[in-house]
Amino acid sequence: MKFAVIVFPGSNCDRDMYHAVKDILGEEADLVWYENSNLANYDAILLPGGFSYGDYLRSGSIAATSDCLKQIKAHAAKGKPVLGVCNGFQILLEAGLLPGAMLCNKNLAFMCHQEKLRVANHTTLFTSEYEENEIVQFPIAHGEGNYFCDEATIKELRKNKQIVFTYEANPNGSTEDIAGIINREGNVLGMMPHPERAVEALLGSADGLKVFQSIVMNWRNSYVASV
Amino acid sequence: MLQVSEISPEQIETDKIYRGMGLSEQEYNMVKAILKRRPNFTEIGIFSVMWSEHCSYKTSKPLLKKFPTKAANVLQGPGEGAGIIDIGDNQAVVFKVESHNHPSAVEPYQGAATGVGGIIRDVFSMGARPIALLNSLRFGNLTSDRVKYLFQEVVHGIAGYGNCVGVPTVGGEVQFDDNYEGNPLVNAMCVGLINHEDIQKGVAAGVGNTVIYAGAATGRDGIHGATFASDDLAEDANKDRPAVQVGDPFMEKLLIEACLEVIHSDALVGMQDMGAAGLTSSASEMASSAGTGMEMNLDLVPQRELNMTAYELMLSESQERMLLVVKKGREQEIIDVFEKYGLQAVAVGEVIEEKTFRLIHHGNIVADIPVDALAEEAPVYHMLSEEPEYFRRFQQMEESIPHVENFTGTLKALLEQPTIASKEWVYDQYDSMVQTNTVITPGSDAAIVRIKGTDKALAMTTDCNSRYMYLDPETGGKVAVAEAARNIVCSGATPLGLTDGLNFGNPTRHEIFWQMEKSVAGMSAACRLLKTPVISGNVSLYNESKGKAIFPTPVVGMVGLIESLDHVTSSFFQRAGDVIFLIGETKPEFGGSELQNILAEGDTDEIYSGKAPAIDLEVEAKRQSQLLDAIRQSIVQSAHDLSEGGLAVALAESVFTDKGLGVRAALSGDMTVELFSETQSRFLVSVKPEDVERFKEIIDDARQIGVVTDDGQYTIFGNGKQVIAEDAEALCQRWKGAIPCLLKSRV
Amino acid sequence: MKKVIVFITLKQGVLDPQGKAVQTSLHSLGFQEVEEARIGKYIELYVEDQENVSERVQAMCEQLLANPVIEDYRFEIEEAVHS
Repeated sequence: MKFAVIVFPGSNCDRDMYHAVKDILGEEADLVWYENSNLANYDAILLPGGFSYGDYLRSGSIAATSDCLKQIKAHAAKGKPVLGVCNGFQILLEAGLLPGAMLCNKNLAFMCHQEKLRVANHTTLFTSEYEENEIVQFPIAHGEGNYFCDEATIKELRKNKQIVFTYEANPNGSTEDIAGIINREGNVLGMMPHPERAVEALLGSADGLKVFQSIVMNWRNSYVASV
Repeated sequence: MLQVSEISPEQIETDKIYRGMGLSEQEYNMVKAILKRRPNFTEIGIFSVMWSEHCSYKTSKPLLKKFPTKAANVLQGPGEGAGIIDIGDNQAVVFKVESHNHPSAVEPYQGAATGVGGIIRDVFSMGARPIALLNSLRFGNLTSDRVKYLFQEVVHGIAGYGNCVGVPTVGGEVQFDDNYEGNPLVNAMCVGLINHEDIQKGVAAGVGNTVIYAGAATGRDGIHGATFASDDLAEDANKDRPAVQVGDPFMEKLLIEACLEVIHSDALVGMQDMGAAGLTSSASEMASSAGTGMEMNLDLVPQRELNMTAYELMLSESQERMLLVVKKGREQEIIDVFEKYGLQAVAVGEVIEEKTFRLIHHGNIVADIPVDALAEEAPVYHMLSEEPEYFRRFQQMEESIPHVENFTGTLKALLEQPTIASKEWVYDQYDSMVQTNTVITPGSDAAIVRIKGTDKALAMTTDCNSRYMYLDPETGGKVAVAEAARNIVCSGATPLGLTDGLNFGNPTRHEIFWQMEKSVAGMSAACRLLKTPVISGNVSLYNESKGKAIFPTPVVGMVGLIESLDHVTSSFFQRAGDVIFLIGETKPEFGGSELQNILAEGDTDEIYSGKAPAIDLEVEAKRQSQLLDAIRQSIVQSAHDLSEGGLAVALAESVFTDKGLGVRAALSGDMTVELFSETQSRFLVSVKPEDVERFKEIIDDARQIGVVTDDGQYTIFGNGKQVIAEDAEALCQRWKGAIPCLLKSRV
Repeated sequence: MKKVIVFITLKQGVLDPQGKAVQTSLHSLGFQEVEEARIGKYIELYVEDQENVSERVQAMCEQLLANPVIEDYRFEIEEAVHS
C-alpha cells in the first residue's frame, strides 16, 4: 500500500508520520510537497500536524485553499482514505471535508502530554483493529483543539456514528469530548491526538499503530476483493 | 527616536555621538587610529555593535580563555555558530546556549521567542538539524503581577516559537529568587544532529564568490540590540521598547528546511545567521575568518520599510535572515532552493581580496573598514577584581543546623516552593515530542532524545544553582558543572561536553568581576576533572536593575551520550519491592539551601548566607563513574541526583509517578540534616532486590535506606521513630499545584 | 484604490475564552462596568477600483477571511488615502 504524506509550508509532523508508516508499519510512503503534486498513484493520503502557514489567519485555513486540497477532495470522492492529524484535522475542517471548526483550548494555552482516548467507533476503516470502546493512549500537542459545531451537526454526528475518538478527561473544552470525527462516507478521518507519535513503546505508547494497521488491513481486503 | 538624518564625522567627534552608542572616548580614538580618519555615522555604528560586549566579549575574553575547550572528540570548539562533538558512526552533536535577557525584560513574549529563534539558527547554520531545545529561566518570586506577567509571557513566547518550528522543547529549569525581579534571565539552548560531511562554517572564502542574503526582509527592528544587551536595564525599561525584535517562526521553519537542503550543494562555501548586530557581524565575521574582504551593495538588500539608511540596514536585527557565500556562477541553484520554500534569496555582494569591509549605498561608499578591526581587533579589557566583604563574612560563619520542628510541614513547604515545585505548568505548553525521538520527556533529571537508525540516544540538561554561586562563586561553579554531569549520568549517559551561558552584573564593578573570575575558575576545574570541555557559550553582562546585580548565574548546558537504549534511566521509582540506596554521606550544609530560603521568610535583607555546600571533585568523578558502570550493567532501576531540598525532596520526586507507588525509608542521625541538607555528590538510586549485592560491589559509598512500596504512602522513620507519614498522591498534588496556584492568586 | 476594512468576530453563542479572560482581567482592574468582551480580527485590504468591490470582498470573506462555522464578518469600504 502506498501512502502520501503531504508537506505544506510549516508542516512539522511530516517526517514523524513518514517514519511511522515507512519504518514502523513497513509500508510504502512518500513525503509529497504540496505544490505540483500528483496524488493519483497513492492509495491513502495523510495530512500531518504542524503549523501550516504559521497558523496565520486561522489554523489550517490557508492550506485549505491550496490546489493540493482540490486533489485531496477528488481522492476522497473516490472513497480512498484520508487521515488528517492535528493541523491536518484543522485543514480538513477548513476545507469542508469534515463539519465543524476549531476554537482555542479552553485554558488558552498550547498543551502537550499523553491523553487517554476511547475508541467510540471501532467499525471504521481507520479503527477496525481496535476493540469496541477500547481505551488507548495517544499524545496530544495543540493550542486549538477545542472542537466546535452546532447542535444540528452534533445530532448528525451522533446519528451516523461519526464520532470516532473521544477524550476520557476532556483537556481542551471540545464539544462532546470529541477528539476525532469521520465523514459520513467513512473514508475521511480527522483527529487532534497524534497516532503517529504512539507507534513505539519506547516513546510512551504504541497504541496508535492500529490506526495505520486498520487502514492497511481494509485496503488489502478491498483490494483483494476487487481483484 | 532613531537617528535617520546623517550626522557628519566631525559632529560625531565634537558631540561625542559615539557615547550614546556605547563606545568610550578611548575606543573612539582607537577607531580613528584604525581608519586613519574620522569614522562616518554608519562606520561608528558598525564599530559600536561589533565592539559591544555581546559581539566582542571585550571584558570576558581573558576569562573565557581559561575554559578547557579541547578533547579528541571535539570537532568544533567556541568561535563558530555552535560547538560540535563527535558521537561516532559519522555523526556529531552540535549545541549552544544563548541569552536573551534584556529583550525579555522589556517585551517578554517576543524577547523569549526571538531568543529561541536565534539559537536554532546558530545550530542549523552549522548544517545540523535542530533536534531539541532546552531553556534556563530565572524570575523574581511569583508574588508581584509584573513577575507573573514576565514568567507567563516568556513561557508563551518559548512555546509559540518552538512549537511552530517543530523542534521539541525537552527540558530546562526555572528558578525564582528576588534578585531576578527586575532582570529576568532567559537562556535558550539548542541541540542539533549532523553528519560529519555536512559541517558548515561561517567563512567567506574564495575571492570572486558571491554573497547571498536569504530569508526575511530587513526592517528597522532591533537596531542596537547588541549594545542594548550589553547595558544595564534602565529603571523605565519600557522606553527601550523599539529595540526589541519580532520573530516569525513560520519563516524560520522554511529557512531551516531551505538551509538544510542547500548544504548538500557543493556550490555553498559558507553560511552564517544574522544574529546580534545583524548583517554587520555576519558579513564581517565571515570575511575575517576566511582572511578575505567583502563588498556589499546595500541597495540590493531586501527591505521591508522605505528610506532605510545604510546605518539602519547594517545594524537592523530583523529576525530569520541568513548570509551565504556561494561559488561564482552557481548562484541560481541556491536561489532556486530558497524560492521553492517561498523565501527571498538575492546576491548582495562579493568576496574580495583586499581585507576590507566595503559597503555601497545609493552609489556611494558608506563604509570602508579593515575586516579584522571589527572581529579580531576589538579592545580587550582586564577588569579589576576584588573579593567582596560579604564573601569574607560568609566564609567565617560556622555551619549551624536550622531548627525544624515539623518535618512534614517543612517537606510540604519545600514541595510548594516554586523553584522545587513541578514545572508541569511550564512544559505542558511546549511540544516536547515532535520529531518522535523524546524517550524521557521533561520532568526527569535529564531529557533523553534517541537517534533514529541507531541504538544511541543523547541526554541533555541545563543547571546552575545561583544561590551557591552568590555565596561562593568558585565552589558554585564547580557544583554547577558537577550537577549537570550528575543529571546526565543519572540518565545513563557519558557527559560529552558543555555550553555555558554566563550571566552576571556590571563587570566594571570589582565585586562582579571577582564573581566572574571565581565562577570561571570553579567551572574550569570541574570541566577538567569531569572531562567535559566547553564547546560554545554566551556572555550576558550588565544584568542589573535599580543598581542591584543578579546572583552570578553561569548556566551549564550539558549533553551526554547513551550508547545503548538499554541504558536509558529515569529518576522515577519503577516497581514496588525495589531497594533504595543513597550514595554519598550527608553533612550539615545549609548555606544557600531551599530550607534557608523558607526559614528566612520575612527577613528579606539577606536570605542566603554562610558557606555553599562543599564539593570534592575527585569524589564526584568517582561516584559518577561507578554509578554509570552500575547503570550499564542494567542493575539500576532509577537514579536521581540530590539537589535543592535534599533527600526529602528527592524521595518525593522519585515517587511522584502515576503508578501508585510509595516509599518507606529509615534514617538515623539529625533528621534536619538527613532530610534537608544539600550536601553535594549524592544520588538516590533504586535497585531490584536480586541485584543488591552486585550493586554494593560496584558502588563504594552506598547506604541502603529503604524500599519502594505499593501502598502509595511516603513514610520516613528517623532513629526508629516515624517522622513523616503522608499520602504520596496528596504530596504530589501539592507539588504540582503550587505554580498554577501562585499564578492565580491575586496580590 | 479602495481601502477595505474587514472586522471578523466570533458568532454569538460561540464561547470566546480570550474575550472571557480579558473581561475577567478588566474586572480585576476595577472596570466592573464591562459586561462582555469579545475578541475579533481586523484586516485591511487595499483593492484596485472596480465596480463590484463589495461582492468581491464578500466572496473573500466567505472563502477565506472568515470561517462561517464560528465567525461573523462585516466590512467597510473607503477611498484609500495615499501617504
